[in-house]
Amino acid sequence: MSDEIVSLEQTAKAPARRSASSVGAVRGKGSGTAKQGQTMLGAQAVIASLEAEGVDVVFGYPGGQAIKMYDALYDSDQITHILARHEQGAVHMADGYARSTGRPGVAIVTSGPGATNTVTGIATAYMDSVPLVIITGQVPRAVIGTDSFQESDIVGITMPVVKHSYLLQSTDELTKTFREAFHIAQTGRPGPVLIDIPSDLAGAEMVFEYPDEVNIPSYKPTYRGNAKQIRAACKLIEEASRPVLYVGGGCAISDASAEVRALAHLMEIPVVTTLMGKGAYPVSDPYLLGPVGMHGAKYSNLAMTEADLIIAAGARFSDRVTGRPDKFAPTAKIIHIDIDPAEIGKIREANVPIVGDLKGVVTAMVAQLEKDGARPQTAPWLEKIARWRERYPIYHANVGDDEAQIVPERVMQELSRQLDPERSIVVTEVGQHQMWAHQFVDRERPRTFLSSGGLGTMGFGFPASIGAAIANPEMDVVCIAGDGSFQMNSQEMATAAINGVPVKVLILDNRALGMVHQWQKLFYDERYSQTLLEPNPDFVKLADAYGWQGRRVEAPADVADAIQEMLSSDGPYLLDVAISREQNVYPMVAPGSALDDVMGAIDVAVGAVRTDMPPGASPAASSCENIDAQFGGIWEASPDDAEARQAFAAGADGSGPVSGPGKEG
Amino acid sequence: MKHVLSVLVENKPGVLSRVTGLVSRRGFNIESLSVGPVEDPTMSRVTAVVDADDVAYEQITKQLHKLISVHKITDLTATDAIQRELMLVKVNAAPENRSDILALANIFDASIEHVGRSSITIQLTGKENALKNFENLLKPYGIKEIIRSGRIAISRHSKD
Repeated sequence: MSDEIVSLEQTAKAPARRSASSVGAVRGKGSGTAKQGQTMLGAQAVIASLEAEGVDVVFGYPGGQAIKMYDALYDSDQITHILARHEQGAVHMADGYARSTGRPGVAIVTSGPGATNTVTGIATAYMDSVPLVIITGQVPRAVIGTDSFQESDIVGITMPVVKHSYLLQSTDELTKTFREAFHIAQTGRPGPVLIDIPSDLAGAEMVFEYPDEVNIPSYKPTYRGNAKQIRAACKLIEEASRPVLYVGGGCAISDASAEVRALAHLMEIPVVTTLMGKGAYPVSDPYLLGPVGMHGAKYSNLAMTEADLIIAAGARFSDRVTGRPDKFAPTAKIIHIDIDPAEIGKIREANVPIVGDLKGVVTAMVAQLEKDGARPQTAPWLEKIARWRERYPIYHANVGDDEAQIVPERVMQELSRQLDPERSIVVTEVGQHQMWAHQFVDRERPRTFLSSGGLGTMGFGFPASIGAAIANPEMDVVCIAGDGSFQMNSQEMATAAINGVPVKVLILDNRALGMVHQWQKLFYDERYSQTLLEPNPDFVKLADAYGWQGRRVEAPADVADAIQEMLSSDGPYLLDVAISREQNVYPMVAPGSALDDVMGAIDVAVGAVRTDMPPGASPAASSCENIDAQFGGIWEASPDDAEARQAFAAGADGSGPVSGPGKEG
Repeated sequence: MKHVLSVLVENKPGVLSRVTGLVSRRGFNIESLSVGPVEDPTMSRVTAVVDADDVAYEQITKQLHKLISVHKITDLTATDAIQRELMLVKVNAAPENRSDILALANIFDASIEHVGRSSITIQLTGKENALKNFENLLKPYGIKEIIRSGRIAISRHSKD
C-alpha cells in the first residue's frame, strides 16, 4: 500500500480510480454462494467456482475427460452453456463475449483434440489482450505422460499464448486456482488463462471453500502512473505544436474513452485510432481523424509522420500502424502510456514512458494541464490536417459510385448508415472486408467494433459475433465477413440457429481470398496462386440448410433494401453481397514502406482519382471503368500531377476546395 | 554484450520451460543456464547468461517480469557480483605426466576427484576465464571429456 500513499499527490484532483484491489475482484457472490462449505466432487466445484465468479454463460464442447464437469453443469441454474460445433468456435465465442462486455469469457473443452482446437482462439485473445478462462479436461494424473488416449500437453502447447496457465495437481488448490485465474485474466493487461483439470481430480471429493481474496506476490500490475512522469508528459503536451493522440485497444479496455476525449478537447489534439482502438473514440467527434496505418487514411498517416508529439494511449506501435519503424514519425517525441511495461520501448523509444491504467493516467494529465492553465496552440496544425483531409478523402464518388457493380466501400457506408451506433455491435473477420469495415463503418462507443487485430485470425469474426450477441441481447450484432473467412467456422451457423441467436452475417463475396489476391495483384505479377475460391458454395442455400434466412444481392440498387431486410429480420440472417475480386483496399502502405508512402489515396487536386498507384495495379483494380475513360487511363501520378498538386497546395489556382486563411508550403 | 540474469521463480513444475521458452521465442539464445533451490523451499533460482544488447536485454527482463511465476529478476552482469562455474574434466594421464597434471591442478586450486590407470578426473570451480585457461593448459595431455555447469552468481551486497 505504501506506493499508493506516495502517489496520492497526483490523484488529489482525480476522481476515484481503479486499483489492483478493485479490478479483478469476484464479480459474483464469491464465498457467499449456497454451495460454500459443501462437500462435493471436483467437477462440481469447478462449476461452483464459475458460479462464485458470477459467470452466466460458458461456451464449450464436451468429451471423455470433460464429462464429469458437464455432468455437474447439468445441475447449474445460473450458467447457460452454449454448445459450439467446434472448440475453436467456442473459444472465439467466449472471446466475443469478453470483448463486448469486458467480463472474462469462459470456455470448457475436453482433453487432447478438444484442447488443441482451442489454441488459435487462445492465441487470438492473447494478441488482443482479451480476458478468457479456458478450462480443459485432462487425462487422469496417473496416466499423464503415457500417450494415453486423447492426451495432449495443453499447458505446454499453449505456454507462448497464455497470460498464465495451471495444471491442477490437487483438489485442495481448485478454488484458489479459479480465483487466481479470473483475477489474472481481467487485471493488468488482460489475457487468456488456462486451467487443465485431470479427470481424476474432477471425480475426487472435496469441500468447496471459495476465497474472495487473492494474493499473488509476483503479480501486482501498476495501475497508478508515476506523478513525475505525468508532469513531464504534460510539459511536452504544452510545448507541442503538432501533437497527435494515437489511440489503441487499451483505451477501450481501460474504459478511458471519456478521459481521452477530454484531453483531446482540452488541448485540441487530433486523434487517430488503430483497428483495436476503433470505437474507443467516437467518430462523430471533430478531433477524430480515423484509421491510421497500412490501410489508414492518408491524412492520418501524414499527421503521424509530421507530428512533433505522439501520445500513445493504450497502443503498441504495431507494424500495421507504424509501417517501416525506422522511418516512423521521425520528428515526434513520444509519450507512451501502457499498463504493460514491456510494450514501452519495445518498438519505439518513449521520451516519457508512463506505466499505468490509461483512465487514471489521462485523468491526472487533464487535471495537471488544467492546473497549469495550459492553452492549446494547435490551430495551424489542425488547419493543415483539415487541408489534407479535404484533399485526400478516404472516399470519393469518382472512385466509388458505380452502377454496374457493387462497390464494397458503398456497402459499408450503407450498413453504417442503417446501424444505430448506440445499439449495435459490428464484428469482422479478417481480410479486405475487415479493412473496409475499419474505414467506413462508423462507431461511437468502445466495445462495439470487434476484430482480430494482432493475430489476424480468419474464422474469428463469425463465432465471436455469436458470443457478442449472446452477451448483448439488446444489441444488433452484425458480422462483416469475407467468403474465405466465413467458411473457416461456418459450422457455427448451427450454434446460432439452435440457440436462437439473431446474428447477422454480411459477406462481401468476391470468390477469392481478397487480401492475398490484392498482394498478388500488386506485388506478385498477378500470379493468383491458390487465392481463387470459385465455385463457392451457394451461401443462401447454406443459410437455408441451417434454418437461417438468407439473400444474395448482385445489383448495387438492391444493397440498401437487402441490408434493411437483414437488420429487420428476427432470427439469424446471411446476406451474400457479390463484389468484384478486382476491388482492392486503398489507401495502402506497402509492407516495408514508410507510413507516409501511401499508394492509392484519392487526391482531389488531380481530379479525385487514386494516385501513386503501384505498377501492378490496373485501373480496374482501384475503381470503375468510367473513371478510366474520364481520365484517359492515367493512373499513376505524373510529373504534371505533382505540379498541379503543388499549385493546389499553394492555393495558386484558386480552384482548391480549401478556403482556410493559412497557406501551406 | 553478455548479461547474467538471476531470476527468482516459483518452485513448480513447468516454470523453467516458461522462462526458457519466453527467452527463446523472443529470439534470444541462452548461453548458460543453471537452476537450483534457494533458501525458501517454495522458490527456485534460475541463472541464465544471454547475449543481448541493452535494449534487447531490457525487453527480455520486462517480458520475464510478466510471467506470473517470476518473482524477481536481478541483473548480476556487473563485475562486483560473484560468478562461478564448475567444470569436471577427464584428462589423459600416463604415469610420466601425472605429476605435471597434479601440479597444474594445484596451481588452480582444483581438486582431484578420481585417478585411473590412464586418466585423472579433476574438478575446478571458478570464473569462466579460469576454467578456460585450465582447459587450455590441459589440452596438450589430451582431454577425454569435459562437463561444465551453467554459471551461478550472487551479488556482494548484504541486502539483495
